[in-house]
Amino acid sequence: MSLIEIDNLSVTFRAKGRLVHAVEGVSFRVEERESYGLVGESGSGKSTILRAICGLAPVTGGTIRINGQPIPSSRGAGFAAQVQMVFQDPYASLHPRHTIDRTLSEPLAIHGIPGSDARVVQALVDVGLPPGFRFRYPHQLSGGQRQRVAIARALMLQPKILLLDEPTSALDASVQAEVLNLLNRLRAERGLTFLMVSHDLSVIDHMCDRILVMQHGKAVEELARADLAAARMTTAYARSLFEASADRMLAAP
Amino acid sequence: MSLLDVRNLRVTFDTETGPVQAVRGVSFSLGRERLGIVGESGSGKTMTGRAVLRLIRPPGRIEADAMTFDGQDLMRASERDMRALRGKRIGMIMQDPKFSLNPVMTVGRQLTEGLRLRDGLGRADAAAKALAALQAVQIRDPERVMDAYPHELSGGMGQRVMIAMMLIPEPDLLIADEPTSALDVTVQAEVLTILDTLVRDRNMSLIFISHDLRLVARFCDRVLVMYKGRIVEEVAAGKLLDAQHPYTRGLLNCLPRIGGPREPLPGLDRTGAWAE
Repeated sequence: MSLIEIDNLSVTFRAKGRLVHAVEGVSFRVEERESYGLVGESGSGKSTILRAICGLAPVTGGTIRINGQPIPSSRGAGFAAQVQMVFQDPYASLHPRHTIDRTLSEPLAIHGIPGSDARVVQALVDVGLPPGFRFRYPHQLSGGQRQRVAIARALMLQPKILLLDEPTSALDASVQAEVLNLLNRLRAERGLTFLMVSHDLSVIDHMCDRILVMQHGKAVEELARADLAAARMTTAYARSLFEASADRMLAAP
Repeated sequence: MSLLDVRNLRVTFDTETGPVQAVRGVSFSLGRERLGIVGESGSGKTMTGRAVLRLIRPPGRIEADAMTFDGQDLMRASERDMRALRGKRIGMIMQDPKFSLNPVMTVGRQLTEGLRLRDGLGRADAAAKALAALQAVQIRDPERVMDAYPHELSGGMGQRVMIAMMLIPEPDLLIADEPTSALDVTVQAEVLTILDTLVRDRNMSLIFISHDLRLVARFCDRVLVMYKGRIVEEVAAGKLLDAQHPYTRGLLNCLPRIGGPREPLPGLDRTGAWAE
């Protein structure tokens, strides 16, 4: 049994009386401690899948099971303790008028977990921030530091699964490297399972064991990491994405 | 003779906590070539591009020992002279079509506005030129796009419209500030190839500003690497992989590559004297 099982998932929005099929019949499985990547261009439905898992987008067809259990329609506290999400834009995902301390201790308060003082300090240390950052506000932090806070917040409840929605696309290349290293270290230390979304094939390749290429809301092709590196893709779309990747630019002048 | 010559350019912002220098003494000269300016956020690359067009508003100040374009002193030029240069001789493509096109004007009107006001063309002539410009950036259905509002276009289409608009007056120098950062990778390659062909065919000079070293190397002849308002290294695009400066090397190495090793990515060491 896989940790995350997604079968024939569909997400349909109604916009201006028109139906928009954001995700159509996508199925995949993520094993425990695996890192699984969803890659595609804007509008391919990759972020919508993460949002559907969290209950931020309506599931209109198919099933999502975690640990063999279908997820309840209202996600609830038990779900939050198991699955957490890190969003794309660290400038928009932290409350601007809450201190870092309040941001990090809120999940503990909601779940009635005691000892928040020590846990907040530990959480900051774990993501490589000085404990003195506790009483700062988000605007006093750089983009990379904010994303570290967002990761710390996601880990406060010690979940097993992290959903990562383009966690580094708003960051500079050198800061991206630091955040990717942090994520890999935390995954190894805590045995986390990642479901990661990115438009950048080289980031996905660095982070993930298996990759699902998506286009127009549909799954195009699933690739193991070795197949991607060796360019063993079978569909034309996956190949065009591979060829257009910035990583290839230096190779083919 | 070079087309653009910049000597010791400084851009300073006076803030409550004292002056902040965004550009700290940048010098370069540009002939008929494609020059890339690369750096991370805050490196001053955008400010350098904007300073050439004197597009920095107070409290920002532009100072330079010399800044000449085609024999004309840009530091001494009147606002009126600058207006005559902007668009006509030096064009600029901005990053995001969502914010750079007028949302309440059709594409056709935006494209023909300059032709009619600046060049005094008639309605039909202007429309014909605008259509030709849209065809040049490989928009398949130019008549429909002429009547469309910017929000009805995709990001890639919007960016092509901006390129078309900037190329209509056939400027001698085009400054492209992150022209494709808002686009998907496959669209990005397509738009850059179109831009590249047009710049070559019309023998324009190009300043291509980007955070992506690999992209710049692909589409330029020469690359300036900026850090904290200074140029730390200048390299020929073809020799980028042989770059010597620790910052340039750091920028190249911290990018993950497909099929690369799984070990932690090397961080950027900012401890050298150059990082002051």
